[in-house]
Amino acid sequence: MFDVLSRMVRTGILTEASSAQRLQKDIRSILGRALCIRLVDAGSCNGCELEIHALNNPYYNLEGLGIKFVASPRHADLLLVTGPVSVNMEEALKRTYDAVPDPKLVVAVGDCGACGGIFGTSYASRGAVANVIPVDHTVPGCPPAPLAIMEGILQSVRSNLTQSHTIQRRG
Amino acid sequence: MPMMTTRFDQAPATLPGNVHAVCIQANAEEWLASAKALHGDGARLITLWGADDRDRDGSFRIYAAWLQSEGIVVLEHAIEDRINPKYMSLAPLFPAASRMQRAVHDLLGISTTEPDTRGWLRHDGWPEDVFPLRRDFEGARKYPATSSPYPFIEVEGEGVHEIAVGPVHAGIIEPGGFRFSVVGEKVLRLEERLGYTHKGVARLFQGTPQASGHRLAARLSGDSAVAFSWAWCAALESITGSVCPARAAALRALSLEHERLANHLGDLGALGNDAGFAFGLTQFSRLKEDLLRANAQIFGARYLMDFILPGGVAADLPPLASDQLLAQYSKLQEIVTDLRSIYDEHAGIQDRFRETGRLNHEQAVRLGALGLAARASGVACDLRVDHPWPPYDSLQTRPAMQTAGDVAARVQVRFDEVFESLRLCRALLGDIPDGPVQTAVSVAEHYRMGIGVIEGWRGPVAMVLEAGSEGTIRRCHAHDPSVQNWPLLEYAITGNLVPDFPLINKSFNLSYSGQDG
Repeated sequence: MFDVLSRMVRTGILTEASSAQRLQKDIRSILGRALCIRLVDAGSCNGCELEIHALNNPYYNLEGLGIKFVASPRHADLLLVTGPVSVNMEEALKRTYDAVPDPKLVVAVGDCGACGGIFGTSYASRGAVANVIPVDHTVPGCPPAPLAIMEGILQSVRSNLTQSHTIQRRG
Repeated sequence: MPMMTTRFDQAPATLPGNVHAVCIQANAEEWLASAKALHGDGARLITLWGADDRDRDGSFRIYAAWLQSEGIVVLEHAIEDRINPKYMSLAPLFPAASRMQRAVHDLLGISTTEPDTRGWLRHDGWPEDVFPLRRDFEGARKYPATSSPYPFIEVEGEGVHEIAVGPVHAGIIEPGGFRFSVVGEKVLRLEERLGYTHKGVARLFQGTPQASGHRLAARLSGDSAVAFSWAWCAALESITGSVCPARAAALRALSLEHERLANHLGDLGALGNDAGFAFGLTQFSRLKEDLLRANAQIFGARYLMDFILPGGVAADLPPLASDQLLAQYSKLQEIVTDLRSIYDEHAGIQDRFRETGRLNHEQAVRLGALGLAARASGVACDLRVDHPWPPYDSLQTRPAMQTAGDVAARVQVRFDEVFESLRLCRALLGDIPDGPVQTAVSVAEHYRMGIGVIEGWRGPVAMVLEAGSEGTIRRCHAHDPSVQNWPLLEYAITGNLVPDFPLINKSFNLSYSGQDG
């Protein structure tokens, strides 16, 4: 136990204040609450998953910002989708999308999710996520760095709120 | 092994590759007889693939590659019946061949004598009588997906029920289907259904320029980008007779060891977390992030998707990189040593790790386990040790080895390999040759075939490349060791509790994308 505590003290707090705090402020002001994300790998090479995993390391500390990954689409506000959508995952992706309660956001992560990437469309791949379900925002990169993914999540929330605001005012 | 010896006496054709490889032609009878001889000799099945050569000489072909003491042996079997091509199944000898053979059938329509004819890569996304790797397949053609239930094998008995998991999992994980047959919390049987991330990579390779094939290779399994791109380049370079400059070879090995380090650090953290020790995840994920940031500074990217390319590497080390890396290795060595003793002495973690998810030595040998998982069950196999290619031929890699075959053993192998990788990285930097980091690679001659095998962090990845006309790729078969190791998980989970599955699964940490192709 002493070893564990000693290692914790020696490690200190690593969360990077500048970027994280700015994001946290934005997220609080936009959402006023936590954001729950459900990840769907619709056929990726697993590169994007590695960078999404990194969001929870102490440097980015996404959960510390009130953003957490949930186990069920029914608990989610936002779907993070990676990969070109493989033909074998098409139905599962659609079903997961349908299971997320409205209003919902979809962010397609990586070059493949954004435009099909190197895999494009073929007998086995439907290409971009937007070819299968509606997408609000894309984060290009192969794989995109964790900060780019964080920014992408934030931007999708931001632009969606602006849109719904406009609609409400018009109404 | 009298028969094989006879065949070797007849000087089989040498196959270009980064390790010594031979290719033996076999008719239907010799196909099975040679496989039996190889089995008797303790050869390990590396991969199995098929080919449609009807445009060339009217035949379908089936190939299988094994590793044995002299190097790689490839059997090439031309199938004369082009209407209903069929060959003898190798699964009775090499159980791992079963899924490879099902995949060959899905893509090429070449059947075996095996009774299990369920689709493996083909779910219902394209018709049963359409074979995407056949030469007459219309590349641009797309089919609507249909859906029919997969006939999992049912376990009968009082109190037995099934738990269906996937393909979308509850976490940041790739998709795959698992069907557990359980009594209470005890797993009687697990059956996997994979293929969900099949992206048609083999088809995409066909016609791709040789000069850009490494980019696709790197994206077979993102966590093994270095291993796959190196294997691809090794195959191309061996066909064209190009020699990667010594400095570039050292940098390739450095990037491969960084890939091993990053994955092992990530897994060690995740394994702690799955055993209820979040401290481990925090500590190791931080170390992994430090390493990825060093990659970004030194190799130009956190994940090295396009660092290795034909003829060398994309860039030389920036100034002072060596000092920075050596300082980082020292820090890593110190902290991982500390964390290892914390893991080793933590009763709660050890209680979860030990005796959990056991794969004994006999099972590992019989099932043809490869790489890290094999080494944790007492099977000595590491290409860097057994068949070292440059620069490993001058590095004397020390293999990690455990015998218990449980989660704890797979954790210990990872710890040992972290330290060994750090030693190799120091040795590589300390003695890095001068000179260029790239050489020109000429165009490979039409129909020439070569093989690249690289010991990635999971085990040996293989690339078999056949050159097309005018600098294109005629065919490329990529193989991830996850294909052999996924069935191990079905054995390791048997008799364990359902809640231990995430921990056991993580201890293997296999690639879905790599297996699905």
